[in-house]
Amino acid sequence: MRFLLIEDNLSLARATIDRLSLDGHVVDHAECLADANGFVSTTDYDLILLDIMLPDGDGRSFLKSHRSALESTPVIATTARSEVSDRVGILDLGADDYITKPFDFAELEARCRAVLRRRGGNASNIISLGDVRFDSLSGTLEVGQRTLHLRNRELRLFEIFAAAPEQIFSKPKLLDRLFSYDEDVSENAIEVYVGRLRRHLKGSRAEIVTDRGLGYRLSIK
Amino acid sequence: MSAEVHSRGSIRRRLMLQLLLGAAVLAIALFFIVQSLARQLAEESQDNILAAAVSAILDTTSVRDGEIQLDLPYSAFSMLSNISNDRVFYSVRFGDDFVTGYNDLPTVPKDDGFGPWFDTATYQGDEVRIVTAERRLASRGKPLAVEVTLAQTRDGQRDQLRWISQIAAALGSGFFISVAVLAALTARSSISPILRLTKSVSRRGPKDLRPVAAPVPHEMAPLVAALNSFMDRLKNSLTRSEEFIADAAHRVRTPLATVRTQAEITYRRVEKDENRASIREMIRAIDESSRAAGQLLDHAMVTFRTDHLEQEVIDLNSLADEMIERLHPMAELREIELVLVQQNAVSTVGDTILLQSALRNVLDNAIKYSPADSTVTLCVSLDAGMAHLTTTDCGIGLPEEDAESLKSRFARGANVEGVIGSGLGLTIADEVARAHGGYLTIANNSKGPGACVTLSFPLQ
Repeated sequence: MRFLLIEDNLSLARATIDRLSLDGHVVDHAECLADANGFVSTTDYDLILLDIMLPDGDGRSFLKSHRSALESTPVIATTARSEVSDRVGILDLGADDYITKPFDFAELEARCRAVLRRRGGNASNIISLGDVRFDSLSGTLEVGQRTLHLRNRELRLFEIFAAAPEQIFSKPKLLDRLFSYDEDVSENAIEVYVGRLRRHLKGSRAEIVTDRGLGYRLSIK
Repeated sequence: MSAEVHSRGSIRRRLMLQLLLGAAVLAIALFFIVQSLARQLAEESQDNILAAAVSAILDTTSVRDGEIQLDLPYSAFSMLSNISNDRVFYSVRFGDDFVTGYNDLPTVPKDDGFGPWFDTATYQGDEVRIVTAERRLASRGKPLAVEVTLAQTRDGQRDQLRWISQIAAALGSGFFISVAVLAALTARSSISPILRLTKSVSRRGPKDLRPVAAPVPHEMAPLVAALNSFMDRLKNSLTRSEEFIADAAHRVRTPLATVRTQAEITYRRVEKDENRASIREMIRAIDESSRAAGQLLDHAMVTFRTDHLEQEVIDLNSLADEMIERLHPMAELREIELVLVQQNAVSTVGDTILLQSALRNVLDNAIKYSPADSTVTLCVSLDAGMAHLTTTDCGIGLPEEDAESLKSRFARGANVEGVIGSGLGLTIADEVARAHGGYLTIANNSKGPGACVTLSFPLQ
């Protein structure tokens, strides 16, 4: 999916772009409102991440001036200001959600997913892998005649594999993507979720393969 | 919130008192003026008649053969009886001899001039007005004075005076009563702009700090100008405080966000397990301090807003709905199911932002302390005139003895090691509940593991 990130803090922006790219998203970065206006007028985005405090103005004025034009594009506001005072204004101006900085990328991802799901997905959410159809937004997996609803972590794990078939992901890497930093989990947790995914995929041409000592990958027979 | 006002005296009472006092003095003066005028008139007319009578008697006197001749004229006495039924005394002396009448009737000492001379004295137990006049007649070649004294009691005059006094008293009290009524009306009408101003100021909501626009009498203009400038300053200072709190959060969190991001990038690069572990610790510490900063400032904002509480009707069902939706992604991350149970339409009156903040903190806690793959239930209910928002989780619960102390600042349960928290969430919730006339109840779930936290607010 195509995201627009409006953020003046460069290192935060770079890290956010890195992380979103890992999930297979394309991210354009605007450092100020002027740039953002340029991007919005030329490109359709699936989601906009909008910092509220920008060098050349207030993100809220961007919301106000683009709300009608952005009818179809969800906006998640990012703010470092006090939540108590800011949230109402932000949501009233038409942001779909907001997240307070510094944020956990897992939370950002979860909020993006929730917002996109609420807005209703489009065809680009659906990935075909052999005889498996995966809808990352609704979290459904169609295997032959069966339709399965994946739970959150199964969904996120499968999403990682599905974005890059045949790529090997180490257990620590998967752990980082799946759990936030304040959760103390062992690498066994990954085995549990991989086990569940394998059960779901049974009887299809897609398979999660273990490469001893390296990690896991999704393979299509 | 009504502050004690030190008040002394009342403008209306003072105005009334001063007007009534003035009216009383005027009424009494009126009474005495009328009375003394009446007495003066009565006395003057009696004196005039007495003088006329005495001169009529003198007119009839003559001397023949050295003897005084006199004929008391009827007209003289009829003149006197015209006034009233007062008794009349007289005496006539010729030279040093007593001629006729009442010998013991005192005469008025004659001073300079031609007379007649008047005096007031007591005769035969009654107050009498006495007049003495004389005329010189020639007797055997030398002039001798004929002296006539006439006295009249003053009963009639007294009666008349009493009657006039009554009229004067009635006049005085009538004057007093009409002035009293006027004074009451005046006091009320002069106080009414103050009352109007008071009403228009006290009718305002806590956030309404617009200047007073309604016209006021120009005597009150300086007061209203002072009030307006005071409200303006208050508004500025309130806005500045809110801005400060919001900006302080920004100032603290923005660099933390940068640090966290860098730490995360580094985390992804390093391979060694012990390095990764220490970076994880760093990230957790950053999260903890950013959360603490956020909560502290939220707490400041909550305290600030409870000082001037807004009063709007809040539908608790939609508040709960919205909050569940907002927290859903967070719960989903840990595969926690958020269940909302609603039965009745429940609403309360208060500050939406504060209620949201309280509920968010309670729900946040529940999600944080629940194990993955469990359920957090939010139940909106009402009973005994109170609305309840009850959050039940399946976490570790809390040590019973901690239940009350968890509401105090920075207090955390003894069994929450390893979960990021500031110890301010329940403090915020508790303060919001109490500011709205409600309360926060913390207990363990009676039907299973976990804690059960209830926010209660009075119904609308």
